[in-house]
Amino acid sequence: MTGDRIAIQVEDLVVGFGDHVVINGLSLDVREGEILGLVGASGGGKSVLLRTLIGLLPKRGGRIGFPASVNGEAASRGVLFQQGALFSALNSRQNVQFPLREAAHLSPALLDEIANAKLEMVGLTAHDGDKFPAELSGGMTKRVALARALALDPALLFLDEPTSGLDPIAAGEFDSLIKTLQQTLGFTVFMITHDLNTLAAVCDRVAALADGRIAALGPLPEVLKSDHPWVRAYFHGARAQMLHLGA
Amino acid sequence: MTDEPSLITSEQGSNALLARGAWTVANVELLERLCMHASPKQEGPIDLSGVTALDTVGAWLFEKLARSGAAGAPEAIFVGASPSYTGLLREVRELNKSGPGTRRRERPFVDRLTKMARDLAADSAAFMHMLGAVSIALGGVLRRPTSFRLTSTVYQLGRVGWQAIPIMALITFLIGAIIAQQGIFHFRKFGADSYVVDMVGILVLREIGVLIVAIMVAGRSGSAYTAELGSMKMREEIDALSTMGLDPVSVLILPRVLALIVALPILAFLGSMAALYGGGLVAWLYGGMSPAIFIARLRDAVSVTHFEVGILKAPFMALVIGLVAACEGLKVKGSAESLGQQTTASVVKSIFLVIVLDGLFAVFFASIGM
Repeated sequence: MTGDRIAIQVEDLVVGFGDHVVINGLSLDVREGEILGLVGASGGGKSVLLRTLIGLLPKRGGRIGFPASVNGEAASRGVLFQQGALFSALNSRQNVQFPLREAAHLSPALLDEIANAKLEMVGLTAHDGDKFPAELSGGMTKRVALARALALDPALLFLDEPTSGLDPIAAGEFDSLIKTLQQTLGFTVFMITHDLNTLAAVCDRVAALADGRIAALGPLPEVLKSDHPWVRAYFHGARAQMLHLGA
Repeated sequence: MTDEPSLITSEQGSNALLARGAWTVANVELLERLCMHASPKQEGPIDLSGVTALDTVGAWLFEKLARSGAAGAPEAIFVGASPSYTGLLREVRELNKSGPGTRRRERPFVDRLTKMARDLAADSAAFMHMLGAVSIALGGVLRRPTSFRLTSTVYQLGRVGWQAIPIMALITFLIGAIIAQQGIFHFRKFGADSYVVDMVGILVLREIGVLIVAIMVAGRSGSAYTAELGSMKMREEIDALSTMGLDPVSVLILPRVLALIVALPILAFLGSMAALYGGGLVAWLYGGMSPAIFIARLRDAVSVTHFEVGILKAPFMALVIGLVAACEGLKVKGSAESLGQQTTASVVKSIFLVIVLDGLFAVFFASIGM
């Protein structure tokens, strides 16, 4: 699936707040059509990197390019925020319809059909579309948010901890959902995750962020062999060992 | 290779539809038109070999064309699709099988009316329930005075009483001044401008002083109570209190309601004084009535009864404001929008009830001759 073209190109990126430099000279290439998982310490700048890539935070230096997309406009990327960030005043269907409504003039009937189709694609039913965000469980919120992120069939999908707060079964289902949709629709995924199972199950490559840089990059088995101290601590710590033993 | 989408019937008599161009959401208006003009019953295959781009919207439109065949007839098949589209087309095959979308119908007028009646009944029940809960909590405090939340009550008293004094005094001062000015202006026409003192005195002490202050308190403190209790409900703080074996009514609501019951008569008294002061000032500066004469006439015009009528209403209005604010606060659900809705509802309902209560009191006092 992984092509040779580059979807996101980051060179010498520097991001900071005041005296605190969070991302310090980071370079990273995300290939078109791959699922890249980003790991890093809590507070280590993963979310800062993601927010910089999608343009929510200003960068201090370096370059961010999206060579594969015709233009880096908002329609060509979808973002799944950690808490879903669904609009609380709109029901699920209207949440999914919102980007479509803004981007194009669809007839109301087609708008409903497309929104229901998207909801079914993420494993919900058309009936769930009537529910408001306050009435959704954690897993359903993530699914509706994913449907909304996919509303315009973006070429690039950013996921911020997609499986956090989900039980292992729901997390596993969500993992396979992302994998299936990625294979069907062929988008590129940039994903922040702490879930070692997710890394193993769906990510084509894993990038480890430490000290504001990419400390290790490659398929999971290669990253596991890295001798960077933080990467070793992350993947060979007690909790990670339990997973290896169980597997 | 053009990106302009098109849909034409094949000329080779195979009844096939030839699709070309970019079938994506960007061209959706054109695509919808194309599909509408296509033959209503698609029986032949749909040839996708000319499609240059396809997304979910385009794939769904093809699927809809394919399904539009006569009932019972097999769905039209896709031919010539590029391998990268087959996954998407297969996925779309499985979608929206459950029929048309579940767009809700507009409720007819009768439905709305019954909903309003049901809401009114539910509101009344919630209000009586809250009155009962606060009474029980008060009873509990009377039996065990040590369980009374003195600190909380004093804190709330400071917020809704002490901090409210400047704005209440200013508003009532202005109202008193305006009533006096209007009275002098119009009474002067028939030489009755000295009766302005009677009007200002009786009106302010009996009605306006307490009513204006109660409305201001409903807007200022009632809304704050609703928003506070509502956000506590949203963040499960009230549930946390219950699981610790504490009664949220006696911990959160009783101190707030009691603070309001104590604060409102005081504010009403201060407000009435400010209004009389404003009226006297206007009578002096605009009407040329010296303060000594104003005070002497005021003493003749008003009696303690007028003052009692006004101030007796204040605690009851405070109770209504507090109970409505608490009811609405506890009605808040998970979303930020619901918090805003209930806060608005709280202010509107408590102002309405305060005015209704004032009317009932007017009837009551008239009938007992006060």
